[in-house]
Amino acid sequence: MGRVKSKKKVKLSAMSKREEKWALLFVAAPTLGFLLFMAWPIVFAFLTSLTTWNGAKGFEGMLNRFCGFDNYIKLLTDKKFWQTLTTTVIYLIGIPIGMILGLLFAMGMNRKIPGVRVLRTMYYVPVISSLVAVSILWAWVYNYDYGLLNVIIKALTGKHGPNWLGDENLIKVSMIIFMVWKGLGTSIILYLAGLQNIPRSYYEAAMVDGANGWQRFKNITLPLLSPVTFYILITSMIGGFQVFVEVQVMTTNGGIGYSAATIVYYLYEKAFESFQLGYASAIAIILAIIIFVITFINFKMQDKWVKTIE
Amino acid sequence: MAGKDKDILSSAVVSKKEKIENGIIFVLLSLCAIIMVFPLIYMVMTSFMTKNQILSGQLSLIPDPWVFGKYSEVLKKGNFISGIINTIKIEIPVLLIGGFTSSLAAFSFAKLKFRGKNAIFMGLLATIMIPFAVIMIPQYVMFTRLKWTDSLLPLIVPACFGNVSMIFFLRQNLSSVPNDLMDAAKLDGCGYFRTFCQIFFPLMKGAVGTQLTLWFMAIWNDYLAPVIFLRSEKTWTLQVVIRSFNAYYAIQSDYALIMAASVIAMIPTIVLFFCFQRVIIESVAISGIK
Repeated sequence: MGRVKSKKKVKLSAMSKREEKWALLFVAAPTLGFLLFMAWPIVFAFLTSLTTWNGAKGFEGMLNRFCGFDNYIKLLTDKKFWQTLTTTVIYLIGIPIGMILGLLFAMGMNRKIPGVRVLRTMYYVPVISSLVAVSILWAWVYNYDYGLLNVIIKALTGKHGPNWLGDENLIKVSMIIFMVWKGLGTSIILYLAGLQNIPRSYYEAAMVDGANGWQRFKNITLPLLSPVTFYILITSMIGGFQVFVEVQVMTTNGGIGYSAATIVYYLYEKAFESFQLGYASAIAIILAIIIFVITFINFKMQDKWVKTIE
Repeated sequence: MAGKDKDILSSAVVSKKEKIENGIIFVLLSLCAIIMVFPLIYMVMTSFMTKNQILSGQLSLIPDPWVFGKYSEVLKKGNFISGIINTIKIEIPVLLIGGFTSSLAAFSFAKLKFRGKNAIFMGLLATIMIPFAVIMIPQYVMFTRLKWTDSLLPLIVPACFGNVSMIFFLRQNLSSVPNDLMDAAKLDGCGYFRTFCQIFFPLMKGAVGTQLTLWFMAIWNDYLAPVIFLRSEKTWTLQVVIRSFNAYYAIQSDYALIMAASVIAMIPTIVLFFCFQRVIIESVAISGIK
Protein backbone atom coordinates (compact mmCIF):
# COMPACT_ATOMS: atom_id res chain seq x y z
CA MET A 1 0.00 0.00 0.00
CA GLY A 2 2.62 2.45 1.15
CA ARG A 3 4.86 1.46 -1.71
CA VAL A 4 2.19 2.25 -4.26
CA LYS A 5 1.63 5.64 -2.70
CA SER A 6 5.29 6.63 -2.83
CA LYS A 7 5.55 5.39 -6.38
CA LYS A 8 2.63 7.60 -7.32
CA LYS A 9 4.29 10.57 -5.63
CA VAL A 10 7.50 10.09 -7.58
CA LYS A 11 5.53 9.85 -10.78
CA LEU A 12 3.66 13.04 -9.99
CA SER A 13 6.76 15.02 -9.24
CA ALA A 14 8.38 13.72 -12.40
CA MET A 15 5.38 14.97 -14.26
CA SER A 16 5.45 18.38 -12.60
CA LYS A 17 9.17 18.56 -13.31
CA ARG A 18 8.38 17.94 -16.93
CA GLU A 19 5.74 20.66 -16.78
CA GLU A 20 8.21 23.04 -15.21
CA LYS A 21 10.73 22.36 -17.94
CA TRP A 22 8.24 23.14 -20.68
CA ALA A 23 6.81 26.15 -18.85
CA LEU A 24 10.26 27.68 -18.49
CA LEU A 25 11.01 27.00 -22.14
CA PHE A 26 7.81 28.82 -23.12
CA VAL A 27 8.71 31.94 -21.15
CA ALA A 28 12.37 31.79 -22.18
CA ALA A 29 12.09 34.21 -25.12
CA PRO A 30 10.58 37.19 -23.26
CA THR A 31 12.81 36.57 -20.26
CA LEU A 32 15.91 36.48 -22.43
CA GLY A 33 14.69 39.58 -24.28
CA PHE A 34 14.26 41.32 -20.95
CA LEU A 35 17.79 40.44 -19.83
CA LEU A 36 19.44 41.35 -23.14
CA PHE A 37 17.54 44.49 -24.08
CA MET A 38 16.39 45.90 -20.74
CA ALA A 39 18.37 44.69 -17.72
CA TRP A 40 21.84 44.70 -19.26
CA PRO A 41 21.34 48.10 -20.92
CA ILE A 42 20.43 49.63 -17.56
CA VAL A 43 23.66 48.32 -16.03
CA PHE A 44 25.56 49.45 -19.10
CA ALA A 45 23.97 52.91 -18.97
CA PHE A 46 25.17 53.32 -15.43
CA LEU A 47 28.71 52.20 -16.33
CA THR A 48 28.76 54.57 -19.30
CA SER A 49 27.61 57.43 -17.10
CA LEU A 50 30.87 57.10 -15.15
CA THR A 51 32.96 57.85 -18.24
CA THR A 52 33.48 60.58 -20.80
CA TRP A 53 33.12 58.05 -23.61
CA ASN A 54 32.19 59.28 -27.08
CA GLY A 55 31.58 55.85 -28.56
CA ALA A 56 35.04 55.53 -30.10
CA LYS A 57 37.57 52.68 -29.72
CA GLY A 58 35.11 50.13 -28.34
CA PHE A 59 34.78 49.18 -24.70
CA GLU A 60 38.48 49.71 -24.12
CA GLY A 61 38.02 53.31 -25.16
CA MET A 62 35.20 53.53 -22.67
CA LEU A 63 37.25 52.15 -19.78
CA ASN A 64 40.09 54.53 -20.57
CA ARG A 65 37.75 57.45 -20.14
CA PHE A 66 36.60 56.58 -16.64
CA CYS A 67 35.83 59.74 -14.68
CA GLY A 68 33.91 58.66 -11.60
CA PHE A 69 30.89 60.78 -10.79
CA ASP A 70 32.17 63.85 -12.66
CA ASN A 71 29.23 63.80 -15.08
CA TYR A 72 26.74 63.93 -12.25
CA ILE A 73 28.59 66.78 -10.58
CA LYS A 74 28.68 68.65 -13.88
CA LEU A 75 24.93 68.15 -14.27
CA LEU A 76 24.29 70.03 -11.03
CA THR A 77 25.51 73.25 -12.59
CA ASP A 78 24.33 72.55 -16.15
CA LYS A 79 21.82 75.30 -16.97
CA LYS A 80 20.37 73.43 -19.93
CA PHE A 81 19.75 70.36 -17.79
CA TRP A 82 17.78 72.36 -15.21
CA GLN A 83 15.97 74.29 -17.91
CA THR A 84 14.83 71.17 -19.75
CA LEU A 85 13.93 69.44 -16.49
CA THR A 86 11.78 72.44 -15.52
CA THR A 87 10.10 72.49 -18.92
CA THR A 88 9.36 68.77 -18.61
CA VAL A 89 7.73 69.36 -15.23
CA ILE A 90 5.74 72.33 -16.61
CA TYR A 91 4.37 70.09 -19.34
CA LEU A 92 2.98 67.79 -16.64
CA ILE A 93 0.31 70.46 -15.99
CA GLY A 94 -1.41 68.90 -18.97
CA ILE A 95 -2.06 65.72 -16.96
CA PRO A 96 -4.57 67.10 -14.42
CA ILE A 97 -6.19 69.21 -17.15
CA GLY A 98 -6.63 66.13 -19.31
CA MET A 99 -7.93 64.11 -16.37
CA ILE A 100 -10.53 66.70 -15.36
CA LEU A 101 -11.73 67.16 -18.93
CA GLY A 102 -11.72 63.41 -19.48
CA LEU A 103 -13.83 62.83 -16.39
CA LEU A 104 -16.30 65.58 -17.34
CA PHE A 105 -16.74 64.23 -20.86
CA ALA A 106 -17.01 60.65 -19.62
CA MET A 107 -19.72 61.65 -17.15
CA GLY A 108 -21.59 63.36 -19.95
CA MET A 109 -21.36 60.25 -22.10
CA ASN A 110 -22.46 58.02 -19.25
CA ARG A 111 -25.96 59.58 -19.43
CA LYS A 112 -28.74 58.51 -21.71
CA ILE A 113 -27.74 60.48 -24.76
CA PRO A 114 -27.71 59.42 -28.40
CA GLY A 115 -24.60 58.65 -30.42
CA VAL A 116 -22.27 57.93 -27.52
CA ARG A 117 -20.27 55.47 -29.60
CA VAL A 118 -19.72 57.96 -32.42
CA LEU A 119 -18.69 60.65 -29.94
CA ARG A 120 -16.31 58.26 -28.18
CA THR A 121 -14.70 57.44 -31.51
CA MET A 122 -14.29 61.09 -32.43
CA TYR A 123 -12.49 61.82 -29.16
CA TYR A 124 -10.30 58.76 -29.59
CA VAL A 125 -9.08 59.37 -33.15
CA PRO A 126 -6.21 61.69 -32.09
CA VAL A 127 -4.94 58.96 -29.74
CA ILE A 128 -4.46 56.37 -32.46
CA SER A 129 -3.11 58.87 -34.99
CA SER A 130 0.59 58.94 -35.67
CA LEU A 131 2.31 61.30 -33.23
CA VAL A 132 4.65 62.55 -35.95
CA ALA A 133 1.78 63.28 -38.35
CA VAL A 134 -0.34 65.15 -35.82
CA SER A 135 2.71 67.06 -34.56
CA ILE A 136 3.34 68.18 -38.12
CA LEU A 137 -0.33 69.11 -38.38
CA TRP A 138 -0.30 71.15 -35.17
CA ALA A 139 2.93 72.92 -36.08
CA TRP A 140 0.97 74.06 -39.13
CA VAL A 141 -2.13 74.92 -37.07
CA TYR A 142 0.09 77.09 -34.84
CA ASN A 143 1.83 78.78 -37.80
CA TYR A 144 2.07 82.51 -37.13
CA ASP A 145 1.03 83.84 -40.54
CA TYR A 146 -1.14 81.18 -42.16
CA GLY A 147 -1.99 78.69 -39.41
CA LEU A 148 -5.59 77.68 -38.76
CA LEU A 149 -5.62 79.13 -35.25
CA ASN A 150 -4.46 82.61 -36.18
CA VAL A 151 -6.66 82.65 -39.28
CA ILE A 152 -9.67 81.91 -37.07
CA ILE A 153 -8.59 84.54 -34.54
CA LYS A 154 -8.25 87.08 -37.32
CA ALA A 155 -11.65 86.21 -38.79
CA LEU A 156 -13.29 86.55 -35.37
CA THR A 157 -11.51 89.58 -33.89
CA GLY A 158 -9.87 91.27 -36.85
CA LYS A 159 -6.53 91.25 -35.01
CA HIS A 160 -3.48 89.12 -35.68
CA GLY A 161 -3.14 86.21 -33.26
CA PRO A 162 -0.06 85.52 -31.13
CA ASN A 163 3.07 83.72 -32.24
CA TRP A 164 2.18 80.36 -30.73
CA LEU A 165 5.51 78.63 -31.25
CA GLY A 166 7.69 81.74 -31.34
CA ASP A 167 7.43 82.92 -27.75
CA GLU A 168 9.34 81.35 -24.87
CA ASN A 169 6.32 81.09 -22.59
CA LEU A 170 3.52 80.70 -25.08
CA ILE A 171 5.28 77.79 -26.76
CA LYS A 172 4.88 75.80 -23.54
CA VAL A 173 1.17 76.57 -23.45
CA SER A 174 0.89 75.52 -27.09
CA MET A 175 2.65 72.23 -26.38
CA ILE A 176 0.39 71.54 -23.40
CA ILE A 177 -2.76 72.23 -25.45
CA PHE A 178 -1.47 69.84 -28.09
CA MET A 179 -0.68 67.10 -25.58
CA VAL A 180 -4.08 67.40 -23.91
CA TRP A 181 -5.75 67.14 -27.32
CA LYS A 182 -3.69 64.08 -28.22
CA GLY A 183 -4.31 62.20 -24.98
CA LEU A 184 -7.83 63.21 -23.98
CA GLY A 185 -9.46 60.21 -25.67
CA THR A 186 -7.62 57.76 -23.44
CA SER A 187 -8.81 59.28 -20.18
CA ILE A 188 -12.37 59.53 -21.52
CA ILE A 189 -12.42 55.83 -22.39
CA LEU A 190 -10.85 54.78 -19.11
CA TYR A 191 -13.19 56.94 -17.03
CA LEU A 192 -16.22 55.86 -19.04
CA ALA A 193 -15.38 52.21 -18.40
CA GLY A 194 -14.86 53.03 -14.73
CA LEU A 195 -18.22 54.82 -14.50
CA GLN A 196 -20.04 51.93 -16.13
CA ASN A 197 -18.49 49.65 -13.52
CA ILE A 198 -20.14 51.49 -10.61
CA PRO A 199 -23.34 49.68 -9.60
CA ARG A 200 -26.46 51.83 -10.15
CA SER A 201 -27.81 50.70 -6.80
CA TYR A 202 -25.19 52.85 -5.02
CA TYR A 203 -26.68 55.99 -6.55
CA GLU A 204 -30.24 54.86 -5.92
CA ALA A 205 -29.43 54.26 -2.27
CA ALA A 206 -27.81 57.67 -2.00
CA MET A 207 -30.84 59.30 -3.60
CA VAL A 208 -33.13 57.62 -1.09
CA ASP A 209 -30.91 59.11 1.62
CA GLY A 210 -31.42 62.51 0.01
CA ALA A 211 -27.87 63.08 -1.24
CA ASN A 212 -27.66 65.81 -3.86
CA GLY A 213 -25.73 65.62 -7.13
CA TRP A 214 -22.51 67.05 -5.75
CA GLN A 215 -22.59 64.75 -2.70
CA ARG A 216 -23.18 61.73 -4.90
CA PHE A 217 -20.25 62.77 -7.09
CA LYS A 218 -17.97 63.41 -4.13
CA ASN A 219 -18.89 60.36 -2.09
CA ILE A 220 -19.59 57.72 -4.73
CA THR A 221 -18.23 58.63 -8.16
CA LEU A 222 -14.82 60.03 -7.21
CA PRO A 223 -13.83 57.37 -4.65
CA LEU A 224 -14.99 54.51 -6.86
CA LEU A 225 -13.12 55.97 -9.84
CA SER A 226 -9.93 56.39 -7.82
CA PRO A 227 -8.28 53.21 -9.21
CA VAL A 228 -8.79 54.56 -12.74
CA THR A 229 -7.49 57.98 -11.68
CA PHE A 230 -4.47 56.27 -10.16
CA TYR A 231 -3.81 54.29 -13.33
CA ILE A 232 -4.07 57.39 -15.57
CA LEU A 233 -1.85 59.36 -13.19
CA ILE A 234 0.88 56.71 -13.11
CA THR A 235 0.96 56.02 -16.82
CA SER A 236 0.78 59.67 -17.86
CA MET A 237 3.51 60.69 -15.44
CA ILE A 238 5.82 57.96 -16.71
CA GLY A 239 4.99 59.08 -20.26
CA GLY A 240 5.15 62.78 -19.36
CA PHE A 241 8.80 62.55 -18.37
CA GLN A 242 9.62 61.08 -21.77
CA VAL A 243 8.13 63.70 -24.07
CA PHE A 244 10.35 63.98 -27.10
CA VAL A 245 8.74 63.48 -30.51
CA GLU A 246 6.43 66.49 -30.43
CA VAL A 247 9.32 68.77 -29.48
CA GLN A 248 11.56 67.47 -32.23
CA VAL A 249 8.86 67.70 -34.89
CA MET A 250 7.15 70.95 -33.89
CA THR A 251 10.17 73.10 -33.09
CA THR A 252 13.54 73.76 -34.62
CA ASN A 253 16.36 73.00 -32.17
CA GLY A 254 14.04 72.95 -29.17
CA GLY A 255 12.42 76.33 -29.81
CA ILE A 256 13.61 79.88 -29.11
CA GLY A 257 16.19 79.82 -26.33
CA TYR A 258 15.62 76.07 -25.96
CA SER A 259 12.27 76.95 -24.38
CA ALA A 260 10.33 73.89 -25.57
CA ALA A 261 13.07 71.30 -25.07
CA THR A 262 12.41 68.48 -22.62
CA ILE A 263 14.90 66.39 -20.72
CA VAL A 264 14.70 63.54 -23.24
CA TYR A 265 15.23 66.03 -26.06
CA TYR A 266 18.39 67.26 -24.33
CA LEU A 267 19.51 63.69 -23.72
CA TYR A 268 18.94 62.85 -27.38
CA GLU A 269 20.98 65.84 -28.54
CA LYS A 270 23.85 65.02 -26.21
CA ALA A 271 23.88 61.35 -27.20
CA PHE A 272 23.17 61.33 -30.91
CA GLU A 273 24.21 64.75 -32.13
CA SER A 274 27.30 65.56 -30.08
CA PHE A 275 28.00 61.91 -29.14
CA GLN A 276 28.74 62.65 -25.49
CA LEU A 277 27.52 59.18 -24.55
CA GLY A 278 28.86 59.34 -21.00
CA TYR A 279 27.21 62.64 -20.17
CA ALA A 280 23.96 61.62 -21.88
CA SER A 281 23.92 58.37 -19.89
CA ALA A 282 24.20 60.35 -16.67
CA ILE A 283 21.09 62.30 -17.73
CA ALA A 284 19.38 59.00 -18.54
CA ILE A 285 20.19 57.55 -15.12
CA ILE A 286 18.88 60.68 -13.38
CA LEU A 287 15.72 60.43 -15.48
CA ALA A 288 15.29 56.77 -14.52
CA ILE A 289 15.71 57.65 -10.85
CA ILE A 290 13.16 60.48 -11.10
CA ILE A 291 10.60 58.21 -12.76
CA PHE A 292 11.26 55.42 -10.28
CA VAL A 293 10.92 57.72 -7.25
CA ILE A 294 7.71 59.30 -8.56
CA THR A 295 6.17 55.93 -9.31
CA PHE A 296 7.24 54.68 -5.88
CA ILE A 297 5.70 57.72 -4.15
CA ASN A 298 2.52 57.26 -6.16
CA PHE A 299 2.23 53.64 -5.06
CA LYS A 300 2.97 54.58 -1.44
CA MET A 301 0.30 57.28 -1.44
CA GLN A 302 -2.13 54.94 -3.13
CA ASP A 303 -3.41 53.57 0.20
CA LYS A 304 -4.39 57.07 1.26
CA TRP A 305 -6.81 57.82 -1.55
CA VAL A 306 -7.36 54.85 -3.84
CA LYS A 307 -10.44 52.81 -2.96
CA THR A 308 -11.46 49.51 -4.46
CA ILE A 309 -14.90 48.16 -5.22
CA GLU A 310 -15.32 45.13 -3.06
CA MET B 1 -52.78 60.11 -0.77
CA ALA B 2 -51.70 63.65 -1.46
CA GLY B 3 -48.12 62.69 -0.70
CA LYS B 4 -48.21 59.93 -3.28
CA ASP B 5 -49.44 62.36 -5.95
CA LYS B 6 -46.64 64.71 -5.15
CA ASP B 7 -44.11 61.91 -5.54
CA ILE B 8 -45.35 61.00 -8.99
CA LEU B 9 -45.41 64.66 -9.94
CA SER B 10 -41.87 65.29 -8.75
CA SER B 11 -40.48 62.23 -10.54
CA ALA B 12 -42.11 63.41 -13.77
CA VAL B 13 -40.55 66.83 -13.28
CA VAL B 14 -37.14 65.26 -12.66
CA SER B 15 -37.29 63.20 -15.80
CA LYS B 16 -38.26 66.26 -17.84
CA LYS B 17 -35.45 68.23 -16.26
CA GLU B 18 -33.12 65.34 -16.97
CA LYS B 19 -34.17 65.32 -20.60
CA ILE B 20 -33.31 68.99 -20.98
CA GLU B 21 -30.00 68.44 -19.21
CA ASN B 22 -29.18 65.52 -21.47
CA GLY B 23 -30.02 67.65 -24.49
CA ILE B 24 -27.63 70.39 -23.39
CA ILE B 25 -24.91 67.88 -22.60
CA PHE B 26 -25.36 66.21 -25.97
CA VAL B 27 -24.95 69.54 -27.78
CA LEU B 28 -21.86 70.42 -25.72
CA LEU B 29 -20.26 67.00 -26.23
CA SER B 30 -20.94 67.13 -29.97
CA LEU B 31 -19.46 70.61 -30.25
CA CYS B 32 -16.31 69.56 -28.41
CA ALA B 33 -16.07 66.40 -30.51
CA ILE B 34 -16.16 68.51 -33.64
CA ILE B 35 -13.41 70.72 -32.23
CA MET B 36 -11.38 67.57 -31.52
CA VAL B 37 -11.52 66.24 -35.06
CA PHE B 38 -11.49 69.66 -36.72
CA PRO B 39 -7.69 69.86 -37.07
CA LEU B 40 -7.72 66.45 -38.75
CA ILE B 41 -10.42 67.50 -41.21
CA TYR B 42 -8.49 70.68 -41.88
CA MET B 43 -5.43 68.53 -42.55
CA VAL B 44 -7.24 66.53 -45.23
CA MET B 45 -8.71 69.69 -46.77
CA THR B 46 -5.32 71.44 -46.86
CA SER B 47 -3.84 68.53 -48.79
CA PHE B 48 -6.28 69.33 -51.66
CA MET B 49 -5.68 73.10 -51.71
CA THR B 50 -3.50 75.21 -53.96
CA LYS B 51 -0.53 77.00 -52.46
CA ASN B 52 -2.25 80.35 -53.10
CA GLN B 53 -5.27 79.34 -51.09
CA ILE B 54 -3.20 77.96 -48.22
CA LEU B 55 -1.05 81.08 -47.99
CA SER B 56 -3.94 83.53 -48.40
CA GLY B 57 -4.31 84.02 -44.65
CA GLN B 58 -8.10 83.84 -45.07
CA LEU B 59 -10.26 81.33 -43.27
CA SER B 60 -11.33 78.82 -45.92
CA LEU B 61 -12.01 75.15 -45.45
CA ILE B 62 -13.20 73.95 -48.84
CA PRO B 63 -10.47 73.65 -51.47
CA ASP B 64 -11.11 75.96 -54.41
CA PRO B 65 -10.20 74.50 -56.82
CA TRP B 66 -9.69 70.89 -55.69
CA VAL B 67 -6.16 69.73 -56.46
CA PHE B 68 -5.56 65.99 -56.31
CA GLY B 69 -2.02 66.00 -57.64
CA LYS B 70 -0.25 66.20 -54.29
CA TYR B 71 -1.00 62.58 -53.47
CA SER B 72 0.58 61.20 -56.60
CA GLU B 73 3.46 63.63 -56.11
CA VAL B 74 4.07 62.22 -52.62
CA LEU B 75 3.89 58.63 -53.83
CA LYS B 76 6.41 59.41 -56.56
CA LYS B 77 9.04 60.55 -54.07
CA GLY B 78 11.37 57.58 -53.77
CA ASN B 79 11.74 57.86 -49.99
CA PHE B 80 8.06 57.65 -49.33
CA ILE B 81 7.41 54.27 -50.91
CA SER B 82 10.59 52.82 -49.43
CA GLY B 83 9.45 54.15 -46.05
CA ILE B 84 6.22 52.19 -46.35
CA ILE B 85 8.06 49.05 -47.50
CA ASN B 86 10.57 49.31 -44.64
CA THR B 87 7.78 49.70 -42.11
CA ILE B 88 6.04 46.60 -43.47
CA LYS B 89 9.33 44.70 -43.43
CA ILE B 90 9.44 45.36 -39.70
CA GLU B 91 5.76 44.64 -39.07
CA ILE B 92 5.61 41.18 -40.61
CA PRO B 93 8.41 39.34 -38.78
CA VAL B 94 7.71 41.14 -35.50
CA LEU B 95 3.98 40.38 -35.49
CA LEU B 96 4.50 36.76 -36.57
CA ILE B 97 7.41 35.82 -34.34
CA GLY B 98 6.75 38.26 -31.50
CA GLY B 99 3.07 37.35 -31.55
CA PHE B 100 3.97 33.68 -31.27
CA THR B 101 6.49 34.08 -28.42
CA SER B 102 4.10 36.37 -26.53
CA SER B 103 1.12 33.99 -26.78
CA LEU B 104 3.26 31.03 -25.78
CA ALA B 105 4.58 32.87 -22.73
CA ALA B 106 1.09 34.04 -21.79
CA PHE B 107 -0.12 30.43 -21.93
CA SER B 108 2.73 29.35 -19.69
CA PHE B 109 2.09 32.13 -17.16
CA ALA B 110 -1.63 31.45 -17.09
CA LYS B 111 -1.91 27.68 -17.15
CA LEU B 112 1.37 25.98 -16.24
CA LYS B 113 2.96 25.58 -12.84
CA PHE B 114 6.60 26.40 -12.27
CA ARG B 115 8.79 27.81 -9.56
CA GLY B 116 9.54 31.53 -9.80
CA LYS B 117 6.50 32.12 -12.01
CA ASN B 118 5.31 35.18 -10.16
CA ALA B 119 8.78 36.62 -9.81
CA ILE B 120 9.45 36.32 -13.54
CA PHE B 121 6.04 37.73 -14.41
CA MET B 122 6.38 40.71 -12.08
CA GLY B 123 9.89 41.32 -13.42
CA LEU B 124 8.57 41.44 -16.97
CA LEU B 125 5.67 43.64 -15.95
CA ALA B 126 8.04 46.10 -14.29
CA THR B 127 9.75 46.68 -17.64
CA ILE B 128 6.72 48.71 -18.69
CA MET B 129 8.00 51.34 -16.27
CA ILE B 130 11.54 51.43 -17.70
CA PRO B 131 11.82 54.53 -19.85
CA PHE B 132 13.07 53.82 -23.36
CA ALA B 133 15.20 56.96 -23.05
CA VAL B 134 17.30 55.19 -20.42
CA ILE B 135 18.11 52.11 -22.46
CA MET B 136 18.37 53.69 -25.89
CA ILE B 137 22.06 54.63 -25.60
CA PRO B 138 23.24 51.13 -24.56
CA GLN B 139 21.00 49.60 -27.22
CA TYR B 140 22.47 51.96 -29.78
CA VAL B 141 25.99 50.97 -28.73
CA MET B 142 25.01 47.30 -28.89
CA PHE B 143 23.47 47.56 -32.35
CA THR B 144 26.39 49.60 -33.67
CA ARG B 145 28.87 46.96 -32.51
CA LEU B 146 26.75 44.25 -34.10
CA LYS B 147 26.83 46.37 -37.30
CA TRP B 148 23.03 46.37 -37.41
CA THR B 149 22.49 50.11 -37.76
CA ASP B 150 22.57 49.85 -41.54
CA SER B 151 19.61 47.47 -41.50
CA LEU B 152 16.17 47.09 -39.96
CA LEU B 153 17.38 44.47 -37.46
CA PRO B 154 17.47 46.81 -34.41
CA LEU B 155 13.72 47.23 -34.75
CA ILE B 156 12.97 43.60 -35.57
CA VAL B 157 15.12 41.39 -33.33
CA PRO B 158 14.34 42.78 -29.84
CA ALA B 159 10.61 42.83 -30.59
CA CYS B 160 10.64 39.17 -31.65
CA PHE B 161 11.38 38.21 -28.04
CA GLY B 162 7.85 39.21 -27.13
CA ASN B 163 5.77 42.11 -25.95
CA VAL B 164 5.06 42.48 -22.25
CA SER B 165 1.68 44.18 -22.52
CA MET B 166 0.51 41.52 -24.97
CA ILE B 167 1.61 38.78 -22.55
CA PHE B 168 -0.22 40.58 -19.76
CA PHE B 169 -3.50 40.85 -21.68
CA LEU B 170 -3.44 37.31 -23.01
CA ARG B 171 -2.72 35.96 -19.54
CA GLN B 172 -5.76 37.90 -18.27
CA ASN B 173 -7.77 36.48 -21.14
CA LEU B 174 -6.72 32.91 -20.39
CA SER B 175 -7.48 33.16 -16.70
CA SER B 176 -11.19 32.93 -17.58
CA VAL B 177 -10.60 29.54 -19.25
CA PRO B 178 -11.22 26.71 -16.76
CA ASN B 179 -8.15 24.79 -15.59
CA ASP B 180 -10.01 21.50 -16.16
CA LEU B 181 -9.14 21.84 -19.81
CA MET B 182 -5.45 21.72 -18.95
CA ASP B 183 -5.94 18.71 -16.67
CA ALA B 184 -7.92 16.89 -19.34
CA ALA B 185 -5.18 17.50 -21.88
CA LYS B 186 -2.60 16.17 -19.43
CA LEU B 187 -4.64 13.03 -18.76
CA ASP B 188 -4.90 12.41 -22.46
CA GLY B 189 -1.13 12.58 -22.66
CA CYS B 190 -1.24 15.60 -24.92
CA GLY B 191 2.14 17.34 -25.03
CA TYR B 192 2.41 20.88 -23.67
CA PHE B 193 3.22 22.49 -26.98
CA ARG B 194 0.41 20.59 -28.69
CA THR B 195 -1.98 21.60 -25.91
CA PHE B 196 -1.05 25.22 -26.60
CA CYS B 197 -1.43 24.94 -30.37
CA GLN B 198 -4.60 22.86 -30.51
CA ILE B 199 -6.55 23.89 -27.42
CA PHE B 200 -5.45 27.21 -25.95
CA PHE B 201 -4.29 29.18 -28.96
CA PRO B 202 -7.65 28.73 -30.75
CA LEU B 203 -9.36 29.87 -27.54
CA MET B 204 -7.46 33.14 -27.40
CA LYS B 205 -7.45 33.85 -31.13
CA GLY B 206 -9.69 36.90 -30.75
CA ALA B 207 -7.57 38.43 -28.01
CA VAL B 208 -4.40 37.72 -29.99
CA GLY B 209 -5.94 39.52 -32.96
CA THR B 210 -6.75 42.60 -30.90
CA GLN B 211 -3.28 42.69 -29.37
CA LEU B 212 -1.61 42.28 -32.76
CA THR B 213 -3.73 45.11 -34.16
CA LEU B 214 -2.61 47.39 -31.33
CA TRP B 215 0.97 46.28 -31.80
CA PHE B 216 0.78 46.90 -35.55
CA MET B 217 -0.35 50.46 -34.84
CA ALA B 218 2.43 51.00 -32.29
CA ILE B 219 5.10 49.85 -34.76
CA TRP B 220 3.53 51.88 -37.56
CA ASN B 221 3.53 55.07 -35.46
CA ASP B 222 6.89 54.51 -33.76
CA TYR B 223 9.38 57.30 -34.30
CA LEU B 224 12.01 57.56 -31.55
CA ALA B 225 13.55 54.10 -31.95
CA PRO B 226 13.68 54.29 -35.77
CA VAL B 227 15.20 57.76 -35.76
CA ILE B 228 17.97 56.59 -33.44
CA PHE B 229 18.75 53.16 -34.82
CA LEU B 230 18.20 53.61 -38.56
CA ARG B 231 21.32 55.48 -39.49
CA SER B 232 21.11 55.21 -43.27
CA GLU B 233 18.37 56.88 -45.26
CA LYS B 234 17.48 53.77 -47.24
CA THR B 235 16.28 52.02 -44.06
CA TRP B 236 14.06 54.88 -42.82
CA THR B 237 10.53 53.97 -41.82
CA LEU B 238 7.52 55.99 -42.92
CA GLN B 239 7.38 58.17 -39.79
CA VAL B 240 11.02 59.18 -40.17
CA VAL B 241 10.38 59.95 -43.83
CA ILE B 242 7.38 62.20 -43.24
CA ARG B 243 9.29 64.06 -40.55
CA SER B 244 12.08 64.75 -43.02
CA PHE B 245 9.45 65.84 -45.57
CA ASN B 246 8.17 68.32 -43.01
CA ALA B 247 11.62 69.73 -42.33
CA TYR B 248 12.38 70.00 -46.05
CA TYR B 249 9.12 71.19 -47.61
CA ALA B 250 8.06 73.58 -44.84
CA ILE B 251 10.85 75.87 -45.98
CA GLN B 252 9.24 75.87 -49.43
CA SER B 253 5.83 76.35 -47.81
CA ASP B 254 4.55 73.28 -49.67
CA TYR B 255 2.05 72.48 -46.92
CA ALA B 256 -0.30 70.62 -49.24
CA LEU B 257 2.43 68.09 -49.93
CA ILE B 258 3.32 67.75 -46.24
CA MET B 259 -0.32 67.26 -45.29
CA ALA B 260 -0.88 64.73 -48.08
CA ALA B 261 2.11 62.73 -46.84
CA SER B 262 0.87 62.88 -43.25
CA VAL B 263 -2.65 61.86 -44.27
CA ILE B 264 -1.35 58.78 -46.07
CA ALA B 265 0.79 57.93 -43.04
CA MET B 266 -2.29 58.04 -40.81
CA ILE B 267 -4.68 56.07 -43.03
CA PRO B 268 -3.69 52.50 -42.04
CA THR B 269 -4.09 53.04 -38.30
CA ILE B 270 -7.33 54.98 -38.72
CA VAL B 271 -8.82 52.30 -40.98
CA LEU B 272 -7.77 49.55 -38.57
CA PHE B 273 -9.23 51.50 -35.69
CA PHE B 274 -12.59 51.92 -37.41
CA CYS B 275 -12.71 48.21 -38.28
CA PHE B 276 -11.84 46.93 -34.81
CA GLN B 277 -13.10 49.85 -32.76
CA ARG B 278 -15.12 47.87 -30.25
CA VAL B 279 -12.41 45.39 -29.27
CA ILE B 280 -9.67 48.03 -29.27
CA ILE B 281 -11.57 50.33 -26.96
CA GLU B 282 -12.54 47.41 -24.73
CA SER B 283 -8.94 46.35 -24.44
CA VAL B 284 -7.84 49.90 -23.54
CA ALA B 285 -10.66 50.21 -21.00
CA ILE B 286 -9.74 46.93 -19.32
CA SER B 287 -6.19 48.12 -18.72
CA GLY B 288 -7.52 50.87 -16.46
CA ILE B 289 -9.93 48.74 -14.49
CA LYS B 290 -7.53 45.87 -13.94
